[in-house]
Amino acid sequence: MRRSITTVGVVAAIVALSACASGPTATTAPATTAPTTTAAATETAAADYSGATLTVWVDDTRLAATQAAAKAFETATKAKVTLVKKNFADIQADFTSQVPTGKGPDITIGAHDWLGNLIQNGVVAPIELGDKAADFETVALQAFTNQGQVYGVPYAIENIALIRNTELAAEAPATWDDALAAGKAAGKKYPFLIQVGETGDPYTMYPFQTSFGAPVFTQNEDGSYSSELAMGGAEGEKFAQWLADQGKAGTLDTAITYDIAVDAFAKGKSPFIVGGPWMLEKFKDLKLSIDAIPSAGGQPASPFVGVQGFFISAQSKNAIVANDFLTNYIATTDVQYAMYEAGQRTPALKTAAEKAASDTLTAGFAAVAANAVPMPSNPEMAAVWTYWGVTEANIISGKQKPAAGWQKMIADIQAKIKK
Amino acid sequence: MGDLKPPAVTGKVSAWNSQAFGVGFIVKLVLMALVNALGVYVIWAAWNASSWVLLGAMVVILAALDYVYFTNRYTIPGKYVAPGLVFLLVFQIFVIFYTGYISLTNYGDGHNLDKDQAVSAILAQNEKRVPGSAAYPLTVVFQGDAFGFAIVDNGQVKVGTADQPLTAAPSATLAGNKVTAIPGFSIATSQQIFANQQAVTNLRVPFSTNASEGSIRTQNGTIGYLYKSIFVFDAAAGTMTDTEKNVVYTASDRGQFVAPDGTALPTGWRVMVGFENFTKAFTDTQYSGPFLRVMLWTFAFALLSVLTTFLLGLVLAIILNEERLRGRKIYRTLLLLPYAFPGFLSALIWSGLLNEKFGFINQVLLGGMNIPWLTDPWLAKLSVLGVNLWLGFPYMFLIATGALQALPNDIKEAAKVDGASPLRTWWSVTGPLVLITTAPMLIASFAFNFNNFSLIYMLTRGGPRFADTSAPIGATDLLITMAYSVSGVDGTAAKNYGLASALSIMIFVLIAVISGLGFRQTRKLEEVL
Repeated sequence: MRRSITTVGVVAAIVALSACASGPTATTAPATTAPTTTAAATETAAADYSGATLTVWVDDTRLAATQAAAKAFETATKAKVTLVKKNFADIQADFTSQVPTGKGPDITIGAHDWLGNLIQNGVVAPIELGDKAADFETVALQAFTNQGQVYGVPYAIENIALIRNTELAAEAPATWDDALAAGKAAGKKYPFLIQVGETGDPYTMYPFQTSFGAPVFTQNEDGSYSSELAMGGAEGEKFAQWLADQGKAGTLDTAITYDIAVDAFAKGKSPFIVGGPWMLEKFKDLKLSIDAIPSAGGQPASPFVGVQGFFISAQSKNAIVANDFLTNYIATTDVQYAMYEAGQRTPALKTAAEKAASDTLTAGFAAVAANAVPMPSNPEMAAVWTYWGVTEANIISGKQKPAAGWQKMIADIQAKIKK
Repeated sequence: MGDLKPPAVTGKVSAWNSQAFGVGFIVKLVLMALVNALGVYVIWAAWNASSWVLLGAMVVILAALDYVYFTNRYTIPGKYVAPGLVFLLVFQIFVIFYTGYISLTNYGDGHNLDKDQAVSAILAQNEKRVPGSAAYPLTVVFQGDAFGFAIVDNGQVKVGTADQPLTAAPSATLAGNKVTAIPGFSIATSQQIFANQQAVTNLRVPFSTNASEGSIRTQNGTIGYLYKSIFVFDAAAGTMTDTEKNVVYTASDRGQFVAPDGTALPTGWRVMVGFENFTKAFTDTQYSGPFLRVMLWTFAFALLSVLTTFLLGLVLAIILNEERLRGRKIYRTLLLLPYAFPGFLSALIWSGLLNEKFGFINQVLLGGMNIPWLTDPWLAKLSVLGVNLWLGFPYMFLIATGALQALPNDIKEAAKVDGASPLRTWWSVTGPLVLITTAPMLIASFAFNFNNFSLIYMLTRGGPRFADTSAPIGATDLLITMAYSVSGVDGTAAKNYGLASALSIMIFVLIAVISGLGFRQTRKLEEVL
């Protein structure tokens, strides 16, 4: 029998069709029926969102706590909440590129310093918290406010502080010199541990910079930042000189990275380390106390405060459902406390924060946070961090002279901001 | 004519190329059935998702594949290259064209949306709650097919729609704070609200006939707030007006709203900018200086990597080709180990080993010296080449072994008979023959190392920064890592995908030209011999 294309074609068609018999079912579009007139309908206590699917992006540390809130929401409103686990470092870029396509998530977690960038890219929508706004810590709400509009629901406040090994240093040092003296008296390998790294760490160095009176941008009364660089001038150069001196003395070292510092402190090689609550799980066997960061330049040392929260996408098709989920489920004491237990960061809701303050370490961080300043969230910050860090590292390692290097950095940053 | 009859089928399994239903034909049928099934699935899914480009492309590809595999006219070479061509089309050609398209726009931070989305984003960001206004308990109602809001203002029920400002509705009935009945309107159930979320959240009911008092909007369907739009968009004139500060922003052709004094609104949209991204790398003073240095280093790195790995691999292949050497299998296995580890893992481990103060090399092997392997510009370049040598020589060793074993023995014997020394034999006879077979792979290795992003990024992140320029470029940066940081894709600057695409296209053109010339040269090699 000669092969014929028709026979082949028929056989192929049969095989192909049988294979796609179990193909995708046509997706039902959400019902956009014109509202029919009904008799007076009684409103039930919880809304009925059956058929709605809310997509929320989380990372692995917040997955469990958000799942609890999602389950409660699903039971009460019959909506479906899909939690997508993503890498925290990828979320900002992915959210910015996916939302304009209309296929992005409805809600995502994020850090407050993304806000300027997200607004510039038009991917987040303002949210009106109403009376609930007063239930949040002021600094948390301030961090999520831009030009008077609130753009998210905060859930955690994180900041660094001085973590002291009480067995190696009995008292909290008031100034940098006290800390060094206590560190040397302890007789361990490092009198004081701060992570620096080859490209610098301006976030961790910031409290020392503010103690010299050189904040990065000038702060307005409502807490927001102007785009005026305030770290130039004589105070900034004094700080640069201090960096060079400490680098020469060996207390600040660009070879000390985050991993090396944490490992050394966990092994008891230093009585002090400047760090945040994310380090605590490595120090479980040590007796710790959380203190204020000692001042190096005479003025109080205020570290940066980072606030984490949930953003709503500007193109979300489920704005009402998302809003309900955030304001009535995420902004509750139980869920905020559950997130605290998962991530060890002070909750943003006042009632949950009081509950968390029963843990001394958390209370210590919260006390330092009272004097902290929010990280600037202007979109220009991305460029600022790089120049800032590299210059600090070069001054510490002696590659650049303090005053000249600091002035060059200011000039570079201003040129970049003006562009 | 007609004399040649097809051969009779003898036995169940005929020859592979017979005209009857043989095993080969059945196999081809099954494979093509799978391919067709996949193609029909994709077409069906594209139809459901209204993705017309994908649908059209898949139809064309499927029709072409069926034609190639089921006919014999002009398509015999096609049967061999068809799968490769399909993948080339999808993963290379389409990607190149799309990158080219993006490089002609200014897509990036601040130009992330299209114009309509940008306008609605600016309006949404600048709709502010009227200070001191109350939170009104709200019920969503509808009249005909238009939604409206019924609020409770100081115990009084008011109702309105988008066209009709809030008016008192004294005969409405309340249950707590919710309106349960209102004449002329029907109460929307939560199912109806949820099915029309965008309509409900986009609805603005004027508070009164005075437009400047603001309008009511709701974000959750139960509470309404009084909002005022600070910005007004005039679609006809293409301007955005700030009513508070009385500034008129006009849409520029660069994708932003610009005020007369030059300030621009931060949210913008994508526009085509032509070839501007291509010239930026050269004309921007911050980057044009280091650009040349980085390009020279990239060429040097790729060339030296290929040379060193090839020489080492070849030498080892010659040594291990000698039959008199014992334990050759063990040596071969050990020498192949570096190739088995993933490149980025090895690079990370090496960056730890080469750490100046805590690295194994400095502490243990050199007894406590503090050699700045990765922080001194020249030593960093040396370290990068060294690690690439460690990673790359097994591959060259393998191909050189293959090339050596494929050489005919009689040529070498003929050279010996003619009195040539081993070195001369190598230079004039064996060497060129080995080069013929390995030359394409050397060119491919050059192209790979030209773009060896993962090694540089994992080992030195671009290396010790240039101290004399403010651009974030270092001594071991390749063109591709420079493109990564300059265009902000790594997060250290505002993202500029247009610039990133333009730089990628330039690198592609460079490598394509060099590889093309290289292949031309290898063909000359064959002609000489």
